[in-house]
Amino acid sequence: MSTNQEYIELFKEKEGILDKASPSFMSEIRHDAMENFSKTGIPDKKSELYKYTSLQKIFEPQYSMLFQPSKVDFKVEDIFSCDVPNLSTRLEVILNGFYLKEKVSLRKLDNGIIIGSLAEAQKKYPSLVKEHFNKYAGSGSDGLVSLNTAFALDGLFIYVPKGQSLGDALQVVNLPMTGIDTLLHYRNLFIMEDNSSAEIVVCDHTLSPFRFLTNSVTEIYAGPGARFNYSRVQNEHLNSNLLTNMFIHQEKDSQVKSNTVTLHGGTIRNNTNVLLNAEGCDSQVYGLSLADRTQHIDNYVNIDHAKPNCTSTQLFKGILDDQATGVFNGRILVRPDAQKTLAYQTNNNILMSDEAKMKSKPQLEIYADDVRCSHGATTGQLDENALFYMQSRGIPRKEARLLMLYAFAHEVIDKIEVVPLKDRINDLVNKRLRGELSRCNNCSMACGDLPLPK
Amino acid sequence: MLLIKNLKVAIAGKRILDGINLEVKAGEVHAIMGPNGSGKSTLASALAGRDLYEVTHGSVKYLDEDLLEMNPEERAKKGLFLGFQYPVEIPGVSMVSFMKTAVNEQRTYQGKDPLSAGDFLKFMREKKELVEFDSQLTNRSVNEGFSGGEKKKNEIFQMALLQPRLAILDETDSGLDIDALKIVANGINTLKSKDNATIVITHYQRLLDYIVPDFVHVLYQGRIVKSSGRELALELEEKGYDWIKAEANGNGQ
Repeated sequence: MSTNQEYIELFKEKEGILDKASPSFMSEIRHDAMENFSKTGIPDKKSELYKYTSLQKIFEPQYSMLFQPSKVDFKVEDIFSCDVPNLSTRLEVILNGFYLKEKVSLRKLDNGIIIGSLAEAQKKYPSLVKEHFNKYAGSGSDGLVSLNTAFALDGLFIYVPKGQSLGDALQVVNLPMTGIDTLLHYRNLFIMEDNSSAEIVVCDHTLSPFRFLTNSVTEIYAGPGARFNYSRVQNEHLNSNLLTNMFIHQEKDSQVKSNTVTLHGGTIRNNTNVLLNAEGCDSQVYGLSLADRTQHIDNYVNIDHAKPNCTSTQLFKGILDDQATGVFNGRILVRPDAQKTLAYQTNNNILMSDEAKMKSKPQLEIYADDVRCSHGATTGQLDENALFYMQSRGIPRKEARLLMLYAFAHEVIDKIEVVPLKDRINDLVNKRLRGELSRCNNCSMACGDLPLPK
Repeated sequence: MLLIKNLKVAIAGKRILDGINLEVKAGEVHAIMGPNGSGKSTLASALAGRDLYEVTHGSVKYLDEDLLEMNPEERAKKGLFLGFQYPVEIPGVSMVSFMKTAVNEQRTYQGKDPLSAGDFLKFMREKKELVEFDSQLTNRSVNEGFSGGEKKKNEIFQMALLQPRLAILDETDSGLDIDALKIVANGINTLKSKDNATIVITHYQRLLDYIVPDFVHVLYQGRIVKSSGRELALELEEKGYDWIKAEANGNGQ
């Protein structure tokens, strides 16, 4: 049986459980998603979008899937310290794709802000969820998204009503931690109403040494005038593969910034889809990847300028060592109506070894005639003249290389606005470049010694 | 301090220096002049340790040690300084972190404690005044967007911070207007002492109006073909290099 067929069969088998776990409106959405999946399957290398990243290979191993939250008899905070600690008073944890509740699984604050489990929100606020759920991710025919829509049971839900602000950055940790090779699906939905603002920091980690494949979908709705900052740190072990699918829908005069720092992991594919659906929107998508050994990091960005007078900026940088491979594919679509668009895209990469490879593919499709768009891509080595210049001042070659790599990375880190986070990431990148960031011991316990969830 | 014996250097198999002999003692200022392509910059870069330049023959003693055995950073830490003809832009690396790293590498090598950020900034301020370096420039990336003159002044500023025993200044005067030239020359003179030495590589005698050399050497076809006092520079200014070339070619062949 093909991998695709296996998931189709699994869905039939588990449909009852899935239906029971969610309110009735979800059944049809799941069913439609599986319909779509049975047509598309997991994208293969024939698909232009996945030409350089073999999903078949990472879907090949036998994974188990979880259909209920893991039970843990310890406090995650006790055994785990995130690489980015102490940003806010409360850490939201998504354990194996399920919202880890402390007392309640969904909180409504005095100012109307709702934070917590998506599964719970689907039950408690069905009309609010229905208005947005799968509205931004659902339109595409990507098999990965369909698979997520069909199987994801939970994730993080955030609702910020009109004019409200979430205040301090909210920190979310995604944690796969099982005793068996596992495929995880989780689903986030962030609804930002008119003139609201929020800042979220997401950390992807692993807490056990098994093989993981995470296929996540995050939908973000930014209403008129909304401000949303999304920072993400990906630091997982080599057997942990991440597929992230982010869909950002922006309304008039909204601004959404996304910054993804990839420090470590196996195969990582980040899809960022932005729809600028009204005038005056600003989209900023940044990424920094540091890869070595056999890692593979693929960033795909698609910015759809549907309306006039919007701006978008993409800046992606990569440092690749050993046999690591990287991909950047940045698409800018300027629709006929989108006059006065300003769209910029930059991709710079440094190859540290002869075997590292980078594929960079800018893709501009412009159907309006009064726009300003630019793109630039470079892939090269460190400047020997600059290295010698520094050596001639007494700086050892190794240190000179670090200074230059760090300077290279800094441009992306500098875009992070939360100062403690910026400092922390500066430090992490520094350590990573020095080879001091251990492969997988961002937990206070050694991997493998943990009480595994039942 | 520096003793070069029969130094031969090639780039990609092509011989550029063809048997250089030179001795530089503490307290001395040597000027090396010569027509384009005579090997002046090759000599400077080879002494600083650039690996593109292959030493095929000869020896170089620096402070009684074998200079050619050392890597570029070791040479620098032992007080050898190269002022670049074309200083390199390093986008993203700030002047402060660049020079703080350099100064502290040197201090650690000398067995001193590294300077704290505050102490380093104070030290930098003093040196900036000493060599009249624009204070705004140290807030930028190394040489990035600097004018030609600013880059050369930056070389002298770095020299002031590193306090070298032996400074080799490769055409530090090229591309400078007269005011900048005076500032650069003034900086070099200020940093001069009886314990250190300077090798000034230049095309023109103009710089030597401000920096008075003890010796002037003429490099031609990879060899020092004439050495004399400062009056040689004036003679070159007046008569050009043709007579030297004729003399060298006549003697040599």
